[in-house]
This record gives sequence, structure tokens and C-alpha cells, in this order.
Amino acid sequence: MIGTIDVAFVVFSVAAVASGCGVFRVDSMIRATYLLLASFLNVGAILVLLLAEYLGVALLFMMTAEMIVMGLFMVMFMMNPAGLNPMNMVHQPRFAAAAGVVAAAGVAVVAVFADFPDAPVDAESDTIRELGIELLGGSMLVFESIGVTLMATMVCSVILSSATGRFGDGYEGSVAPALEPGGDHRPADDLYDPDAAMGHSMHGMDMGGMDHGEMDHGEMEHDS
Amino acid sequence: MNLMTVLLVAAALIGVGVWGALAQQTFVMLMMGIEMMLNGVILAVAGFWAFTGAGLPKGQVLVIITMAVMAIELAIGFALVTAVYRARQADMTEGIGSLKG
Repeated sequence: MIGTIDVAFVVFSVAAVASGCGVFRVDSMIRATYLLLASFLNVGAILVLLLAEYLGVALLFMMTAEMIVMGLFMVMFMMNPAGLNPMNMVHQPRFAAAAGVVAAAGVAVVAVFADFPDAPVDAESDTIRELGIELLGGSMLVFESIGVTLMATMVCSVILSSATGRFGDGYEGSVAPALEPGGDHRPADDLYDPDAAMGHSMHGMDMGGMDHGEMDHGEMEHDS
Repeated sequence: MNLMTVLLVAAALIGVGVWGALAQQTFVMLMMGIEMMLNGVILAVAGFWAFTGAGLPKGQVLVIITMAVMAIELAIGFALVTAVYRARQADMTEGIGSLKG
């Protein structure tokens, strides 16, 4: 017997997995972001089908906001501005695909062969109300810890991404000292080499202004 | 829709995430692979709650923890990407190979 819920589940699952695959196949990082959002929205819809309505809708809201922020970062780190250049931003593709298949197969084996207890949610029960009472009752410590952890995350991310470090300029405070006085502070093999990077199939990179070998730190700050 | 089908979809999402995280070169795309894995984890946990937990709300609390992990991963990840870019002008995994043996 195939009901509406089963049909909806198949549609949402196929959409979630297909847009998930699309994330790593498209040519544009912005498109990848929106495909990831589509994948999350479909999973949120499946959560609603599973009677976790609150979590499904929360996932929907949270991911929409998160992917908009992600889109901003995608623009900042975009390898292929305006889609003008062909882009190939993968490495070790065969190993990665094999690892993905093995990981999926591992979970799938558990899904097919493991024996789990059969205790489904009562469709009549008010799951949202129960979750609210649990969050502000028995699991209040967990809930409050998540809040404090998120607060610490905000402080940490501001400190990590701040331009001014503890010892003055962030470029000075966060990099290793020079091996000899007056030398460049990076080890020689670590200097960014545009030619080598081009060899790594980086067609979409804009090399202008990235040759920081000669660039002093003051200029760099203006650029960024 | 039963536990097995939900877990199979979660397996597919986790596999796609592993593939993406290992294959992509940019840090931000690598983080999207991790997000995709957590997407599958959320689905699997919700599936376990719906089919094996007898509706105990503690299962949903686990989903909320996973969602918090996802948000923290994204925030700290972006902060680290920004810090690495400031220090090394690297936005790709090959750009910071100095710890490689």
C-alpha cells in the first residue's frame, strides 16, 4: 500500500540527494550554495513527514539564513567570478568518489541488515509540546549548554577573524617569525607560487595582486 | 517510508558529503561537504527517533545538538578560513602544505 506520505518521501529524498550531488558538480560556488540549501530544505520536509515538525521547520529557517551567509563567503572566496572562466576545482577525484561510495555503503549495510527495535512515534501525540517541555525540563542543561557554546563560538570567530591580533597587526601576530633577521617570515617552500598553482588546474584564479612575495604587509591590509 | 529507507537516504547524503569534502580544493567547498554529511546525520537521527524511540522527546534533543554542531562548525570554519587567508593568502588546501611531511 503506497500512500501520499510515501510518494512525498520518495520525491523529497530524490530531490535531496540529487541537489546534494549537484553541489559538487556545478561550475559556480553560488549555485553550489543554493543547491546545498535545496538539499537541506528537502531534508527538512522529510523531517516534517517523520512527525518532527518543529525540527523540520527549524532546519528550514536555520539553513536558509546559514546559506545566505555562506553565499557571502562564496563570493569572497570565489574561484570563478561571474562564471567567465571554466572551473575545475577538484583534486584526487577518484579517491574521493571511492571514499564516498564506501562511506555510503557502510551506512547502507547497517540500514539494511541491522535489527532495530520497532517503536514508532504515536501519530496522535503532540511532539512539539513534548519537545518544548523536554527542552525546558529534563534536558534544560543540554539546551542551555548549546546556548553558551554558541555564545563562545561567536566570541571565538570574531577573535579568529579579527584583523588586529594580540600583538598588534594581525599579520604580525599570527605568522611564524623569520628564520634570519630581516627575512621573509614564511618558509621558502611555503611561499605562494602562482605558476605552481596554475599547474593544479586553477584556471579560474585571479593572480593579480596575489604575488605577495614582494608585497609588504601595509599594502596587503589595504587589499583585504 | 520506514527506518530502512530513511537510513538509505541518509547513507546517500553522507556518501555525497564524504566525496565532496575529499574532492574539493577550496576550504569553503570542503566545509559544504561537511555540512552535507551532517545533513545526512540529522536525517538518520530523526529517522531513529521516529521509528525506534517510541516518541521520546530526547531523540529530538539529539537533532537539536546536531544542528548546533553544524552552526558552530560553519562559524568557526569561516573564521579559520579568514585567518588562514590573512596569514598565508591561501584559500585552497594545497596552499598550506607546510605541515606535510
